[in-house]
Amino acid sequence: MATSLEKIRSSKVILPKESHWIRKLIKTLSMGKGIENISLVVLSLLFIFPFLWMATTSFKTLPETMLFPPALFPKEWMFENYGEAWRSGPFPTYLLNSIFIAIAIIILQFAVIIPAAYAFAKKQFKGSNVLFGLILLGLMIPTQVTFLPIYLLFSKMGLINTPAALILPFASSSFGIFLLTQNFKQIPNEIIEAAKLDKASEFQIILKILLPIAKPAILTFALFSFIAHWNDYFWVLTMTNSDAIRTLPVGIVNLKDTESIKSWHIIMAGNMILVAPILFIYTLASKHIKSAFTYSGIK
Amino acid sequence: MAVSRMKKNHTAYLFVLPALLGCLLFTVYPVGYVIYLSLLSWDLISPDKIFVGLDNYKNLLTSPEFQRVLLNSFTYMVVTVAISISVALLLAVWLNKRTKLHSFVQTSIFTPHIISLVSVAMLWMWIMDPEYGLLNYILSWLGGPRLLWLDSPDTALLSVMIVGIWKVIGYNVLILVAGLQSIPSYIYESAKLDMANKLTTFFKITIPLLSPTLFFLFIVNVTSSFQVFDSVRVMTQGGPVNSTNVLVHWIYQTGFEFYRIGEAATGSVFLFIIVALATFANFKLLASKVHYQ
Repeated sequence: MATSLEKIRSSKVILPKESHWIRKLIKTLSMGKGIENISLVVLSLLFIFPFLWMATTSFKTLPETMLFPPALFPKEWMFENYGEAWRSGPFPTYLLNSIFIAIAIIILQFAVIIPAAYAFAKKQFKGSNVLFGLILLGLMIPTQVTFLPIYLLFSKMGLINTPAALILPFASSSFGIFLLTQNFKQIPNEIIEAAKLDKASEFQIILKILLPIAKPAILTFALFSFIAHWNDYFWVLTMTNSDAIRTLPVGIVNLKDTESIKSWHIIMAGNMILVAPILFIYTLASKHIKSAFTYSGIK
Repeated sequence: MAVSRMKKNHTAYLFVLPALLGCLLFTVYPVGYVIYLSLLSWDLISPDKIFVGLDNYKNLLTSPEFQRVLLNSFTYMVVTVAISISVALLLAVWLNKRTKLHSFVQTSIFTPHIISLVSVAMLWMWIMDPEYGLLNYILSWLGGPRLLWLDSPDTALLSVMIVGIWKVIGYNVLILVAGLQSIPSYIYESAKLDMANKLTTFFKITIPLLSPTLFFLFIVNVTSSFQVFDSVRVMTQGGPVNSTNVLVHWIYQTGFEFYRIGEAATGSVFLFIIVALATFANFKLLASKVHYQ
């Protein structure tokens, strides 16, 4: 009769099913996967930890931010920091402007891009290739090249400090036109022909056929556009100089510039206001957002 | 029949008209106008726009300040693109597995990319604070010196580059993982059958098959590295001593703070030429090496 020790040594012991995970754990750790998994966690911390650091700093007091070695957590969670950041400038205005501008841009983009993509994808007309190429050329010309002349143009037209300056230039997004054209091209012509035989108007075709099928691409583009314009600093900075129309990123930078001693706790609180909505959307829809950015990699 | 075909054409033109107008007004016209502006000397306020021909170009190319700006921009581009693509490639190969943990890590690495560069820049200003920053704390804990980061002309550009790399690397990883996943597994299996080791497989199989993706990534990374503005404006405003003044920041300052419109426009033309050249160079150099399946 072998002793239980000999039984274990001979590895013929059958563990009960509930402790199967123990066996898995031992197997994992001994195969070096444990090291890999730990390094994976460290890697992700390298990119997430700074945001956690931003969050905890936003609740600290000024002396706490000047501790060396730095304190990880605040002693007391100073929610007042957010109040102070909020009151440091016309933040309700900034927030409303950010929301309004981002949404207005997306709506206008849909109005301009969807018909254009439909025409490029499904209609034959003279010069369509040349025109499509012209629009794609826009992908190569950055806003940092065009901002000066556009500023002068808008200045002449009296459009500086108006929503028009912040919205109109983005309406004919080359990326959006490209994305949706590729998408619409994949819709079988027969469906459209059938709808035309049923005397459907162009508007109905777009609304009832194209949009439902291309919904993923459209959602993708909307997400992409919203994030880009919510985060935009450069264009708002150059096209506006009045707080009445400016958006959150500009407001946050002003906050930083006006803080006499570097009050990092207030500055971080302000940044949390800018960052939190995007992070929130990201945790809900990370897959969609990631695919939005991968789409721009599809030729 | 002919009437309905013409009607079809008209609808198409009508549909593309808004997009076309936008493109002409905000892409084509500005390029032409900025080239015209670069031939002027103008301070925005006075009604006199003096035509100076190519003087702006000559003056800028021979001015040490602008030369420094170009040098900064090129340094920024070379370092950030080289590091962010090569490291992203290694990470992508490592993370190209479909477990929950690997997916979570990919999602985490991508997080900085969707956050405003303004916030990323301020966050790193705080982390790189010479006295109270986390980075110097970690350095001192590892036994290294406390650096001045953004406060010293020797390390300021490096600091801005670190921020740029940290922000873009997640995007590169995302694109590369997507590219890797489009390589069918049978290729790897037949490589294994041919007794190819991991290194050979990586260099002779993975990279060539990944070349369309790498090619795309190069173009995007290079062009966007020349467009950097937010981090410089927020963190250093071009200093200290011009050590982080990059092209777009210089254009902004020259036009909007010093009102030298002609010179700013010239800088914009330089930027346009650089971006166009970079795109063409990428096409010529790498397109020939791109291996399509």
